[in-house]
Amino acid sequence: MSFASRFARITVGVIVTLAVVSALFFAFAWHSSIDPVEPPTASAFDHAVVLRGAQLAALGECVTCHTAADGRVFAGGRAIPTPFGTIYSTNITPDPLTGIGQWSLAAFERAMRAGVDRKGRDLYPAFPYDHFTLLRDEDVKSLYAYLMTRQPVRVPAHPNELDFPLNFRPLLAGWKLLFFRQGRYRQDRSHDETWNRGAYLAEGLAHCGACHTPRNLLGAEKKDQHFGGGESENWHAYAINSASQSPVPWEANTLQFYLRNGWHALHGVARGPMTPVVENMAGVPETDVQAMAAYVISLMGQPTPERVRHAEGLATRKVAPPVAAQPDNVGATLYTAACAVCHESGRPLPFGGIDLALSIGVSGEDPTNLLHVVLEGLPAAGEAPMPIMPGFAHTLSDPQLLALLTYLRSRFAAKPLWSDTETAIRHAQEAERRR
Amino acid sequence: MELKVNGRIHSVAAAPDTPLLYVLREDLQLNAAKYGCGLGQCGACTVMVDGEAVLSCVVPILLLQGKEIMTVEGLGSIDKPGPMQRAFIEEQAAQCGYCIPGMMMRAQALLQKNPQTSDAEIRRQLEQNLCRCGTHMRILRAVRRAAQLMQTPETAVDTGRST
Repeated sequence: MSFASRFARITVGVIVTLAVVSALFFAFAWHSSIDPVEPPTASAFDHAVVLRGAQLAALGECVTCHTAADGRVFAGGRAIPTPFGTIYSTNITPDPLTGIGQWSLAAFERAMRAGVDRKGRDLYPAFPYDHFTLLRDEDVKSLYAYLMTRQPVRVPAHPNELDFPLNFRPLLAGWKLLFFRQGRYRQDRSHDETWNRGAYLAEGLAHCGACHTPRNLLGAEKKDQHFGGGESENWHAYAINSASQSPVPWEANTLQFYLRNGWHALHGVARGPMTPVVENMAGVPETDVQAMAAYVISLMGQPTPERVRHAEGLATRKVAPPVAAQPDNVGATLYTAACAVCHESGRPLPFGGIDLALSIGVSGEDPTNLLHVVLEGLPAAGEAPMPIMPGFAHTLSDPQLLALLTYLRSRFAAKPLWSDTETAIRHAQEAERRR
Repeated sequence: MELKVNGRIHSVAAAPDTPLLYVLREDLQLNAAKYGCGLGQCGACTVMVDGEAVLSCVVPILLLQGKEIMTVEGLGSIDKPGPMQRAFIEEQAAQCGYCIPGMMMRAQALLQKNPQTSDAEIRRQLEQNLCRCGTHMRILRAVRRAAQLMQTPETAVDTGRST
């Protein structure tokens, strides 16, 4: 056989193989369009079902991502930063042209369970269908009833800002093949009803793991580090499993209080992307909050006797014990001058400053949130009594911040400084200058 | 230690952990910045440090070495008010007046960075400065007027910054 004909046969072979592979891929990646429907009228839904849907939507935090800053509720357009570019949330009001008004229940259910929109396009997992897939049928129906009875708003979707090839949606079929499994929540008979309710909500609709579980390079949650601490919108989401670094171990009742109020005297304040979670929680039945707290606590497991003893000491003291003045230590001087007046006032939350030995910000696995709070403070949030703190942006230099964090970490957590503190400081200061 | 306030260098005898507000009012007799809550929560003590709005009641002077501090006194004088001061006078934006120096300094920091800033941004920035008289609408008008004045050559006076 001549070289030319052998070359031709190999070329044809390669082309045929490629064609077959891509045909298979597209067959797999292709989803049918679901026919548009007339937007259902409000009378099509039972009022009790709509109300139930409202509570579920609060649990699922739908409004948080699907509402832009200063935008109309559920009309989308909020920029969601990801390591792969910016994704803009879509309009989920029942507007027929720009929202989901023409979506049948089947189309809505497919989006929730399979991450495919009405027209058959794969959805980016910034929409947490990997969690929503666990939902029970009746909960999907209630959510549909709630959303379809909202005010329709005509706001076209903002195009995503993703680099090639990530802007090519069929690739998502590959992502799903690797990381996504469809399936409803299955009761765990070794646990009671409350635990199962909590697991169903926390793993499903409330999608806690979307932030609190670390993600791999392709943006999928690492199942083997479930709730092991993740990242969200440049804030750290602390570990809420057995790796929790909370100085006082969480208990079901303290976690329930924290989720309900956004702060706890032995733990501190929920801020960053946790703020809207708590705001939404106000619309959720107490029994559901209690169930989620019970479930998360069970994953944290029993704290060691040593941790418990340490925590008892912290919980009963009124204020951090005095330490000798350290005039040569910049961090100590800064703490005494700027922080101690509130943080050693002995006045408990929500009005006084927390004893920093109780703060996960100081003891936790990552310095990001502590930097946010030191620089931006805790602005007044909402109308409920909440701790507030002035920010120290524009006054602390990088070395001063480093000295302060070093001091806080060693005095209040008795731990060495985080390995990447200097980088975290640089990033936080740069972000502050852009604000 | 030395503090640079409104372009002048002052030698200050206060302890390094003294909040800037106390030094301004007691050592330097610059009484524009007001003591409101003393906890960094009301904004009455707002001054500018290197062009940024800062709460002087919670910032110890040890953080201010080599930085440029500006108070309302640095915006202009009674005879020659700066655009921010002129705007507040022309809009009669003060009721009791206690919050006004803080409002002016935060607005000044904002407009120096972006004179064409939006109403929404002005509101967002001034949100943390409290006014108990309810003069908010006049204050907003005054800040908008100041933004215009700052872009008019004859009124855009030197703001005391010597960068």
